[in-house]
Amino acid sequence: MSFDSLVQNPAQVLPWVILMLPLFGFTVLCLFGDAIKRDKEESGAGIMATGLVLACFALAVVVFRSLLLIEPVGGEHGLRFVTTRLGREGSVLEGANWIEVGSFRIPFSLLVDPLSALMMLVVTGVGSLIHVYSVGYMAHDADRVRYFSYLNLFTFFMLLLILGGNLPLMFVGWEGVGLCSYLLIGFWFKKKSASDAGNKAFIVNRIGDAGLILGMALAWNAFGSLDLFELAEHAKNLAYEPMAQAGVVTAVCLLLFVGACGKSAQVPLHVWLPDAMEGPTPVSALIHAATMVTAGVYLVARMAPLFRLSEGAMLAVAWIGAITALFAATIALVQTDIKRVLAYSTVSQLGYMFLACGIGAFGVGVFHVFTHAFFKALLFLGSGSVIHAMLGEQDMRQMGGLRKKIPWTFWTFVVGTAAISGIPWLAGYYSKDEILLNALVRERLPLFAIGLVTALLTAFYMSRLLFMTFFGSFRGSHEAEHHVHESPWTMLGPLVILAAACFYVGQIHVNEFLGPAVRSPDEAHLPHPTWFPYAVIGVAVAGSVGAFLIYLVYSGLSARIYAALRPAARVLEDKYGFDRAYDGFASKVVVEGSRGVLWQAVDAVVIDGAVNGAGRMVDAVSRATRGLQTGLVRAYALVILGGAVALLGYLLWMPK
Amino acid sequence: MTIPLLHALYLSAALFTIGMVGVFLRRNVITILMCIELMLNAVNLAFIAFSRASGSLDGQILVFFVMTVAAAEAAVGLAVVIALQRHRDSLDLDAFNLLKW
Amino acid sequence: MALFDRLLLFLVSEAFLFYVFSGTAVASALCVVLQRNPMHSAFALIVTFCSLSAVYGLLGAPFIAALQIIVYAGAIMVLFLFVLMLLNVKREEPSGGRALKTAAILLGALFALQVVGTLAGFGLSPAANYDSSTQSFARLLFGTRFLYVFEATSILILAALVGAVVVAKKDL
Repeated sequence: MSFDSLVQNPAQVLPWVILMLPLFGFTVLCLFGDAIKRDKEESGAGIMATGLVLACFALAVVVFRSLLLIEPVGGEHGLRFVTTRLGREGSVLEGANWIEVGSFRIPFSLLVDPLSALMMLVVTGVGSLIHVYSVGYMAHDADRVRYFSYLNLFTFFMLLLILGGNLPLMFVGWEGVGLCSYLLIGFWFKKKSASDAGNKAFIVNRIGDAGLILGMALAWNAFGSLDLFELAEHAKNLAYEPMAQAGVVTAVCLLLFVGACGKSAQVPLHVWLPDAMEGPTPVSALIHAATMVTAGVYLVARMAPLFRLSEGAMLAVAWIGAITALFAATIALVQTDIKRVLAYSTVSQLGYMFLACGIGAFGVGVFHVFTHAFFKALLFLGSGSVIHAMLGEQDMRQMGGLRKKIPWTFWTFVVGTAAISGIPWLAGYYSKDEILLNALVRERLPLFAIGLVTALLTAFYMSRLLFMTFFGSFRGSHEAEHHVHESPWTMLGPLVILAAACFYVGQIHVNEFLGPAVRSPDEAHLPHPTWFPYAVIGVAVAGSVGAFLIYLVYSGLSARIYAALRPAARVLEDKYGFDRAYDGFASKVVVEGSRGVLWQAVDAVVIDGAVNGAGRMVDAVSRATRGLQTGLVRAYALVILGGAVALLGYLLWMPK
Repeated sequence: MTIPLLHALYLSAALFTIGMVGVFLRRNVITILMCIELMLNAVNLAFIAFSRASGSLDGQILVFFVMTVAAAEAAVGLAVVIALQRHRDSLDLDAFNLLKW
Repeated sequence: MALFDRLLLFLVSEAFLFYVFSGTAVASALCVVLQRNPMHSAFALIVTFCSLSAVYGLLGAPFIAALQIIVYAGAIMVLFLFVLMLLNVKREEPSGGRALKTAAILLGALFALQVVGTLAGFGLSPAANYDSSTQSFARLLFGTRFLYVFEATSILILAALVGAVVVAKKDL
């Protein structure tokens, strides 16, 4: 690879650099983190981590630009692909394979195409903003070196997931982000609830991963390749599978979707995401809003050519997405912790993304990923600012009237709330609008209805959050009120940037850009009925106004409504019993089964019995045998004589 | 009448067996050594008998050497017995049973 | 020949003496084994050696017969008696262990039967021209075949001498 070709096409080697920079940061912070913290000023580790991710962002922009400039390669829809494989075309490492067993060959390869380039920009861009925010948020935490090392490690794994050119490599990234999620959720591991939440996240993820691994194995068996590019090409030759003739493609897609559900917190594997709020708020923003949870959507979008072939899988994706969206939105109505509301909101928005993918509008789904990253990160970081101001208090019932005291936080939060509610000219309006439009135009009316109702609920509970936190009078203690102060500029800066982005990103026609990547020719602007924009905007306004009335104007109304709908509220507060059910299963079946059967019966009796019994048998045999050793020389001599007699007898009378 | 050599061999066998049984039956170490000497003598007798039968004197030469070795062995054995007696103050073979489990 | 003549002939033959001395040997051997007092056993052993010396002489080995008296009865048994008297051995108590005794006698009898059974098949007869004089014995002993062994034996005796002294010493 000469320098000229490098300049002409930086997309060849830059992805590897982008990938390795955060890993380098992690290693350095692991090994020398304490030294950096001691020698330089207090935020040395944070600055280094942030610097690396910013560098990654800069390089990602370069890669993105080069992707826009290069000639399309192959295909009928102007496909623009660059596949860079380590070992091809005269690179230094010739033929570097990760796994090579017989005909099963997995090379180290990265796939840079519109989808992965876009995700790369999101991860590194939003990621670097969150790094900057973390420098301020974690400034007084004693373990911040560990925190930044984990953040860098997460960035590495997320980039590997996005850029991975074949399913196993993507899976390494998949598992890696799961690991980092566990590490970061349980960051304050001395708190039991935090470490429990980390365990829960990892275990539920694992359940999804089982499906993913099975899907990969089946894909290898059925299609003979795990390379993403080759799978997409191969999909052209496969037949469409309607529900009646569901075959291997449906099976593969459903299994992969199980993995996506685990990672993206869809029903019934959604239970880990609300508990994951035990981690630091920037972690919630980065991992559980902008990047990791969208990995499931990314996987489905990547496998779009396969999913399109299977009616059953598409139905599953769409309906599970829709149900999750509605389900989570209802639970968010009764949450009192500011971060929990946002967590359920994330689950709900993820449902929207899957809904979009399930009806065939993959590009729109990824567009929503894109916009959601911005406004959800904004909302989380804003809530972090509020929590910082409240000195760690997260219960909204203790807040109120903060808009005068922390104005910057307030106004950016307003932008975020408007964005998610679907107010025009802000990001969420464009992406959510596209999803609902596609549902309507493709005549998936039940899904459209669910989406519309969820949009109403979204606007309602987000406005509720806004009003409870920033309006009205302060409901907390007097000294807490005294301590409320605005956050430092390291925390406010990203908030402002993200708020500005919310205005802008909605305008980018991402789904057109993505078209070739997800092989969908028909996602340009679709014609829509005239009543449609009014319906959508009306829903958003209705939700906000409703919350305004209930929480601000008619005080006491909320309490009366709650009392009237008490049974329903109880169900919602119980999160529809999911946690109780899982707990019961885990404790009754798994724990009791392990204790009663496996520990007491199998281990103690059978295995220990066998081992101890072997010992006892040896003991018994030796006890019997040692009677020979009397210590009497005469006895020994007699035995010798006996042997001699026997030998003589044998020699004399043996059969000739 | 000439001596039937077979009877000489029977005598040798009888002496050998008596000496062997004596080794197992007696408890005093010195008595056991004496029984061993008895066994050696029985072997000497056998050698002499066979030498007579074969006509060459090699058997007698061998007896000569056996006697020499028996003398040496008796000397050293008795020295060991003295050392044992000094150590354990007993000449009973059953007293030396440290090899018991 | 009359029976009496045969008897007289037998009485002055070598075979008769052989049977007499072998009987003495066996009887005194039994005494060695069965006597309680070790001193008595030692004396019985001396009697055995003397009987055996006679037997050797009758079998045509005069030199060995002389050596038997000189070495065995004269040196080894004297050594035994020295040690017995040095250590002041007393009368021996009857040994315990009935099982041991029965096993020993049983196995001994079995062994004897086996040996006798093996010997029964032999047909041995004395060779003619048996030259057992001391000169021929000496010629053989100091000859090419056995000279080296003879000299080695002297080393052996030296080793035994030193060993006995060392082992029996009180302070090394």
